[in-house]
Amino acid sequence: MSGRRLPGGGRIDRNRPLNFTFEGRPYRGYVGDTLASALLAAGVRVVGRSFKYHRPRGLLAAGVEEANALVQVGEGARAEVNLRATEVELHEGLTARAVNCWPSARFDVGAVNNLFGRLLPAGFYYKTFMWPDWRWFEPVIRRAAGLGRPSILPDPDRYETRHAHCDLLVVGSGPAGLAAALAASRRGERVMLVEQDPLPGGSLLWRPAQIDGRSGSDWAERAAAEIAAAPDALVLTRTTAIGYFDHNALALLERVAGAAGSPGPDHRPRQRLWSVRARRVVLAAGALERPLVFPGNDRPGVMLASAVSEYAARWAARAGDEAVVFTNNDSAYAAAHALLDTGGRVAAVVDSRPAPPARRTASLQARGVRTLLGASIVATHGRPALTGVTIRDAEGHDHRVAADVLAMSGGWNPTVHLFSQSGGALVWDGEQALFRPGRSAQAEVSVGAAAGEFGLSTAIEQGWRAGGGEGAPPLADAADERWTIGPLWRVPARGKAFVDFQNDVTADDIALSARENFVSVEHLKRYTTLGMAADQGKTSNVNALAIMAELTGRPIADVGTTRFRPPFTPATFGAIGGRARGELFQPLRRLPAHDRHVQAGAAFEEYGGWLRPAHYPGAGESAHAAEQREALAVRRAVGLFDGSPLGKIDVVGADAAEFLDRIYANTLSTLKVGRARYGLMLNEQGAVIDDGVTVRLAADHFLVGTTGGGADRIAAWLEEWLQCEWPDLDVLVAPVTTAWAVLTLSGPKARDVLDAAGVDMAIGEEDFPHMTFRECRVAGVPARISRVSFTGEVSFEVSVAADRACELWDRLRLAGAPFGLAPVGIEAWMLLRMEMGYLHLGADTDGATTPDDIGWGRVLKRRRDFVGRRSLTRPELLRKDRLQFVGVEAVDSTVPVPVGSHLRSPGLPSGSEGYVTSSGLSPTLGRGVALAMVRAGRSRYGEELLVITGEGRGRRVRVTVPGVRGPGGEPLDG
Amino acid sequence: MERYSAWRLFREALNGHRGWTPAWRSPSPKRRYDAVIIGGGGHGLATAYYLAKNHGMTNVAVVERGWLGGGNTGRNTTIVRSNYYHRESARLYDFSVRLYESLSRELNYNVMFSQRGVITLAHSRHDLEVVARWAGAAQLHGVDAEMVSVDEIKRRIPLLDTSPSARFPVWGGLMQRRGGTARHDAVAWGYARAASRLGVDIIQNCEVTGFSRNERGRVVGVETSLGPIAAGVVGLAVAGHSTVLADLAGFRLPVTSYALQAFVSEPLKPVMDTVMLSLATGAYISQSDKGGLVIGGGLDLYPSYAQRGNLPTAQRVIGALADQMPALGRVRLLRQWAGIVDVVPDSSPILGETPVEGLFINCGWGTGGFKAIPAGGTLLAHHLATGEPHPLAEPFGLRRFATGALIDEAAASGIAH
Amino acid sequence: MLLIPCPWCGPRDEIEFRCGGQSHIQRPEPFDAVSDEAWADYLFTRINPKGVSYERWLHVFGCRQWFNVARDTRTHEIHAVYRMGEPKPDLRGVE
Repeated sequence: MSGRRLPGGGRIDRNRPLNFTFEGRPYRGYVGDTLASALLAAGVRVVGRSFKYHRPRGLLAAGVEEANALVQVGEGARAEVNLRATEVELHEGLTARAVNCWPSARFDVGAVNNLFGRLLPAGFYYKTFMWPDWRWFEPVIRRAAGLGRPSILPDPDRYETRHAHCDLLVVGSGPAGLAAALAASRRGERVMLVEQDPLPGGSLLWRPAQIDGRSGSDWAERAAAEIAAAPDALVLTRTTAIGYFDHNALALLERVAGAAGSPGPDHRPRQRLWSVRARRVVLAAGALERPLVFPGNDRPGVMLASAVSEYAARWAARAGDEAVVFTNNDSAYAAAHALLDTGGRVAAVVDSRPAPPARRTASLQARGVRTLLGASIVATHGRPALTGVTIRDAEGHDHRVAADVLAMSGGWNPTVHLFSQSGGALVWDGEQALFRPGRSAQAEVSVGAAAGEFGLSTAIEQGWRAGGGEGAPPLADAADERWTIGPLWRVPARGKAFVDFQNDVTADDIALSARENFVSVEHLKRYTTLGMAADQGKTSNVNALAIMAELTGRPIADVGTTRFRPPFTPATFGAIGGRARGELFQPLRRLPAHDRHVQAGAAFEEYGGWLRPAHYPGAGESAHAAEQREALAVRRAVGLFDGSPLGKIDVVGADAAEFLDRIYANTLSTLKVGRARYGLMLNEQGAVIDDGVTVRLAADHFLVGTTGGGADRIAAWLEEWLQCEWPDLDVLVAPVTTAWAVLTLSGPKARDVLDAAGVDMAIGEEDFPHMTFRECRVAGVPARISRVSFTGEVSFEVSVAADRACELWDRLRLAGAPFGLAPVGIEAWMLLRMEMGYLHLGADTDGATTPDDIGWGRVLKRRRDFVGRRSLTRPELLRKDRLQFVGVEAVDSTVPVPVGSHLRSPGLPSGSEGYVTSSGLSPTLGRGVALAMVRAGRSRYGEELLVITGEGRGRRVRVTVPGVRGPGGEPLDG
Repeated sequence: MERYSAWRLFREALNGHRGWTPAWRSPSPKRRYDAVIIGGGGHGLATAYYLAKNHGMTNVAVVERGWLGGGNTGRNTTIVRSNYYHRESARLYDFSVRLYESLSRELNYNVMFSQRGVITLAHSRHDLEVVARWAGAAQLHGVDAEMVSVDEIKRRIPLLDTSPSARFPVWGGLMQRRGGTARHDAVAWGYARAASRLGVDIIQNCEVTGFSRNERGRVVGVETSLGPIAAGVVGLAVAGHSTVLADLAGFRLPVTSYALQAFVSEPLKPVMDTVMLSLATGAYISQSDKGGLVIGGGLDLYPSYAQRGNLPTAQRVIGALADQMPALGRVRLLRQWAGIVDVVPDSSPILGETPVEGLFINCGWGTGGFKAIPAGGTLLAHHLATGEPHPLAEPFGLRRFATGALIDEAAASGIAH
Repeated sequence: MLLIPCPWCGPRDEIEFRCGGQSHIQRPEPFDAVSDEAWADYLFTRINPKGVSYERWLHVFGCRQWFNVARDTRTHEIHAVYRMGEPKPDLRGVE
């Protein structure tokens, strides 16, 4: 290990060393280190391999813009891939390795690609691999592509979502952001200050500064503490604002517990997604330095100048011993000073400008540093890491200079990502050679470096004002804050000069793109993949479009930028989904008597959002046997079925009958009080959307019954018509489905069971006939009973308040035991209705089925309007060859024909004439029964059809009226 | 223009790749074309290509407001399949898949059509019945579609939680082996290059601002930001903006524009080969050749022309996948974006004549237009060149909304893309 | 994520609402005097403006009331909300 850790300074805790491994080798760092700073301090120079050419790469940056050092941290289910080493906080026992290389970053077999690099220019794959076929090549390409190898084990950690509202959300806790948050919190505003780093301060953590008489980092610490202490303020560190959406909604990703790759230490979630609605937003996200584009600019040891300074000041890690600085602007001179201040040597400062401000060069010359003006670097040397550079001076002479670090600066890009996401347009600032925010599209203001303002005093003042600060802002020493730049977008020399380090896009690739007419910035991005890597082009985009502008002779402003997309930095799926997993993602509804069904041994399945008993298999009984047994119990004795999910909607008011006549395809207004009627609802396109039995409780009160799946939908549908179309009607709609539990007794012994349970009214067939309704008490429980039947057997549909469901269930089971009562699940219930030929909406119909298709044409109101009425007379709906609802019986065997089987007349060569919609084995008849939709089916009773798809293929069926008949042709009706 | 091949690439490599020429020409517009296609997306460019190739019409221009493929062609999740329920749809989309199968060689441009298979998951007994009917229908229409077992699904998509206790248990699925993905940009560029080679003028940054009509009301040209261009016939292929152009021409469409959100993860080494769609959550996912998981899952719920990300949609779609594929919890989302799609009441395209003479349309593909690009182009070209609808396009005319002869895939299969 | 000012409940996140599409559509009557074309227009044809859209929204997870919203489909900016039955607000100078 080389001694690159400086003897003092830095925001690391030298009393708390940490052991970690990188690529299997042990290293040591300190609390406060990132993986990147610890590796740099340990003298590790090659930290990864590039995506395409597998070139060795070292650290480029110190922050989120890092493009090279992508690592996998941890193993097993907690492994995380593609993390930037600059964002990984070091912890004891951390294990990390570089992604996309084998066996290691230092010796990578994939580096063979680099030899063939010339064959792999941008977009080479569009021009090749067509012969003999792409499929021969694709698997190889797929294996070569991709970065990290994720775990396929379930993620063991938890995530959560929080919602927050605030007056002011400040993104970034550098000087500008702190000033804004400080000002607003002093005014008593609800402030949220968001900082992606573990520490507040931003550039104050490493740039020398004095504010209000303190060092910058001290001031930052105190300011953040003051803000955090304010009653309505919240300071969130380790939190990245990742998205700026409509109406000042922002998404923040907070890394709460558990360092990368390690288990969470406590009960806390690993990450938290904040969904924040802010009255105002201050964007103070700073700026990112641009690399320079010159041959060999990706050699390990070539770093952003600001990163060199930051590593030294913040982590006491010197990037190298012998440095060269290459810049086109003033800001990199600070890096030279930082290197000198920390005991390094600076062999030369290469400034591409012929005449940079004299005070800059003078300050270095005074320290004995050679400055070469109007010069550039045309090559770098060293394997695998930098040992020297070739400088081409203003006269065109090349000089080779030894160096193990090259600090480069191509200027700065304000971090405008969130501003752009907010809908704001960027403007090109030619003087500073950068894109900065133009007019705001939302209640937002950018300040400081994020707005293209690099002076410390100005940044603080802008922030202060944006936070509503009155009086004088915190006072910064304002020495020499202006810097100038002379753009140098690419050094004109031969060799691979990288623009996008992560995706291995070179300046030559951009030239190729231009040559081939991919000149739009979006085409450039897509053709070369520039800016599409995991760093989203943070260091590459502006360089690339400027080079494209040069190549095509257009102003940079005309070339423009690509759109900035959320998230600002990658966000885990876990955090985005939050706690919404399993039933919290989409809750399942449970029946009021759920526990009783569990006790009865129910096997549950989801039906339309409800967890319902499919059947109640006894010990050793198959699902099929249970269904058969349950259905037979209904035919021969009595069954008990939980129909609670069936929709129930109170429709009340003077115009209730008129309203329902407008809604239903059949007439409801003639229904007498205490009677029940089946009804069909259509949508305006004439398709059947729901059916059910409606009862009239009073002249102005109906209880509308819907399908289970339609309960919420139909209540909303009724409301929509009332509120939007017929507000003049005096009607109130109240969905009451979940207020009631519905237990249905069905079978020849149903009446006996009800009697035995105790009912306070006469229930004989004449006293209480089919399709009527009564309120009464059953076993002492206030109840409503409807005489409707979905099974063909005598049925009593008993509704009680939902919280008395269990009580009723127990009473009915007790009363029913002597009569052979069996709990009946949905599947048996379906068999029973299939035997009867009763339609089940959603199974026998789809979203295009009309009333006539299911044999209800004659029941419709002829003369008056109702929803969907007009659509029924459109030509297509009057065709005679539409699919119609029929029964089918197997001719060749007793085995049921599978649902979904298509049918065709044996005489026809191709096509489908319909399909089976419901099917099962009739326990009564011992053979398959089925329902189907068949073209012109009602005119084809008796006709034989072939099953032409599925497992029943080749079998023969006969078209019948829906529902099976007894041996004498009589209905099975009880 | 040179032919692309490995040999050519090799030769160019020796020459520093200086010999490559523009993939397509960018001429100034002529004053008159036999046909002007509005919209430089996949459908528009394919239309121009097939006009030249199938019908010998080469005096053709494609005018594009922005950059080629910048609309939904470059924003979609690249799924190609043809296992549709209705005969009309299945024939149309399968025609398209067949064209895709030979497209790279035909265009001499690798569009990377990869028939990795598409699996639609059934999550309940009812789903399974729907899927069985659907599979049968597709088979009858000559499309490969088969039911696959849970075991097979588990084998192909190990990331998927197939346990019975999953919130969305997997009961089985429908698989089209010939389905897959293609490289979206390459489809636009490949057609552009091939069309340009045949003489078609491709004019970017040219916004249509109006239509010129003769005294009978027939469209005889377009007014553009680059000046008027006379046209024998005009084709419209501007998904997302169909009604905006229809307004300019003076008619209305049963189309509403919605934002479709799409997502991509960071690049990963291969973790899934097959394309997967879930009937329960509506989420769909595949892994691109670059390694990113490409994800979609339904529309924002209100009309929009803003191509912007939205958080609730991300939470719904990404949350669904984090639940259905529990290992994805630690995988990271790289980018979210949106495209503006034409939503039609029956989820089927509108192809053919408009109420305005001389103006023909290709629109209404909803979220699934990418897979139909070769077919959409062929059919519109046929109509423009012959004046008659292609037989495959006939059922998809505007007239169906008045007669009620809708081709409603969502109603039949529960899936609208 | 839209912030929708429900006229009854105040500003709420979009996830509480459902958009019901274009507002102010007249249902043609009487049914037996409406042509197939006019009916199809009513059912299917929408203005789909690129600009201010007058549409109706339902506060599903709230007051369950329908109301009208004038919203720009390019920027998602909401210019006005008004109750069902009220006429379109005058947005000259905004549109």
